[in-house]
Amino acid sequence: MTDGIKGNGKSSINSTPTPAVKPQIKKSKPSTFNYDRLMKELEPRIREAKSSFSLLRENITAMVGLAFVVFIVLVAIAAPLICPPGLGDPMDIPKDFKMPKPPGAEGHLLGTGNWGADMLYGLVWGARTSITTSLFVVLTGVIIGLVVGSIAGYYGGKVDNLMMRITDIFLSLPALILAMAIASILERNLQNMMLALIIVWWPPYARLIRAQVMSIKENTYVEAARAIGVKKSSILFKHIIPNSISPLIVSATMDIGAVVLVAAGLSYIGFGVNTGYAEWGRMISDGQQWFLTTVTYEDTKYIASWVVIFPGLAILIFAMGFSLLGDALRDILDPRLRR
Amino acid sequence: MRLLNYIIKRLLLLIPVLIGVSIIVFSLTRISGDPAAGYINEKMTPSQIEQVYEKYHFNEPVYQQYIYWLKGILEMDWGWSKTAALPVTDAIAVYFPATLELTIVSIMLAIFIGIYLGIGSAVKRNKPFDHTTRVVSLIGVSLPIFWLALILQFIFAFYYDVLPFGGRLDDFYYIQKLIPDITGLILVDSLLIGDLKMFFNGLEHILLPAVTLSFGTIAIVTRIMRNSMLEVLSLDYIKTARAKGLNERSIIWKHARKNAMIPTTTVIGLSFGGLLTGAVLTESIYQWPGLGQWSATSIRLFDYNSVLGFCLLIAVIYVLVNLVVDIMYAYLDPRVRLE
Repeated sequence: MTDGIKGNGKSSINSTPTPAVKPQIKKSKPSTFNYDRLMKELEPRIREAKSSFSLLRENITAMVGLAFVVFIVLVAIAAPLICPPGLGDPMDIPKDFKMPKPPGAEGHLLGTGNWGADMLYGLVWGARTSITTSLFVVLTGVIIGLVVGSIAGYYGGKVDNLMMRITDIFLSLPALILAMAIASILERNLQNMMLALIIVWWPPYARLIRAQVMSIKENTYVEAARAIGVKKSSILFKHIIPNSISPLIVSATMDIGAVVLVAAGLSYIGFGVNTGYAEWGRMISDGQQWFLTTVTYEDTKYIASWVVIFPGLAILIFAMGFSLLGDALRDILDPRLRR
Repeated sequence: MRLLNYIIKRLLLLIPVLIGVSIIVFSLTRISGDPAAGYINEKMTPSQIEQVYEKYHFNEPVYQQYIYWLKGILEMDWGWSKTAALPVTDAIAVYFPATLELTIVSIMLAIFIGIYLGIGSAVKRNKPFDHTTRVVSLIGVSLPIFWLALILQFIFAFYYDVLPFGGRLDDFYYIQKLIPDITGLILVDSLLIGDLKMFFNGLEHILLPAVTLSFGTIAIVTRIMRNSMLEVLSLDYIKTARAKGLNERSIIWKHARKNAMIPTTTVIGLSFGGLLTGAVLTESIYQWPGLGQWSATSIRLFDYNSVLGFCLLIAVIYVLVNLVVDIMYAYLDPRVRLE
């Protein structure tokens, strides 16, 4: 029935201009027509995006956050150019097996750490680790949360009850503690750490999206779609999810920073990557044995503080960047807050 | 009566959550390899090992093992902690007071500083004080806690040498065996026996770990307090109070603060989980002989029994604290709908 109405509407629009024009033009006509229509459809969205961007530009903290994020992403992309890797695994920091050298030492802009591992190399390649880890964890968490949450919220009833009890259980454990428990029984590597983080990270998303779906499915336009007989699945995917996703985007953006903090904590206490790997948390725990010791370089004594300070600053900038960006996105994506 | 019904309902809802948590922890103990490993040492003869299997029912089907395991947990048989060379429950009893003391002091710091900063920041909105507070609290939530611990140690214990590096008291007290064992909380015990010198020594030792641990919580409390204070200050009853000619001081500290505290209370309760998590990292850096250090050492030594025992304990505490917080919230704010 619905398709019939839709089909009639389309064909009447298409058929009206046809009798007056020649056949060759008739072929190209629909495409130009569609293009115009597409532009017309997109026009409010483009206007929206433009005004979003101008709002973003006015917001100083948001721009600072964006700058941090862009900086770290650029560094991660350009890692092989900034610090060309050696022959082995590029994620292993090259070492000279000597005492730590202070920043500015020959060939080591930011000094060296444990076993003489180059700090700059570790920081630059560590940006890759952080971005891939946190993006992977958050995106997987979002996808699982989206599936579970929207099914629970849309269908309700027993499915909803069961799924929410399961998330209750996961939410009743502090994230790092649960990740610790899971990571403690798995082999200690980056993949398993990410697995532990994903298990911890999806339930809040499921709760968030469920609440959104439940409130949005009561809206008049959803009811209208249901009344004209649109399929359940396409109501869910075309009408409900696109409208309920913006809080999820905000919280996912902020969580990219949070994941890096928890991941750094986990690798600091000994889960995750092996010693010498380019990962910021690991660099701190590797450097800790030199922290506050006195090292001699070219007859000058230095207190080795850089081995801990630099990786920590990197984590701070990363987490702060995404937290600021998420904060700004919250203001921008919510149409009620923005004007 | 309404509140009582609510409490009963919440207690009943607690049961499936605790069962779920126990299933998770149980599955983790079984995935981690042979569960008997925690009870076996290299001096045992094969027949003794057989006895262990017999005693703990490791030869039976998994669901029966779960029931025996749960029975064991309820009867306080949590296995053997290799790290502490004690049964896990005894180890928890030994390490718990230190963590409790640290957590209480941190929460107190977080409440006082956070609320003061939040109110000040709301009152002086968009003035330098507000901006500084907001930046500091932003840094607070993006800071890796173990890094902060190391940096504070560097500044106050190493560079300025005004505070001790770690531990709960000077070695002197341990060597002379002067530490009383009344409640296990050194700050309380030293006051009970009237040893002021010991009290201040304990205070000196707890300052850095407590500040480290509470930094993130201070940031969160400040944020929430600022927002809810701003909301309350725009309400009608505050306008009435101003119109009556009440002085601003008592409007802010008496009338507005009380209502603005309600959301903050929940946040303080919820941040308890964060504090327990942070304790793992903070305690191991400051050599604070508590649960956190014990579990961090257990992780390094692959001592699953201790790690999972710790996680189970934290989960139970966290669930109970959340329950208390919800009840308190319902009590403080009569407008809350109890369902």
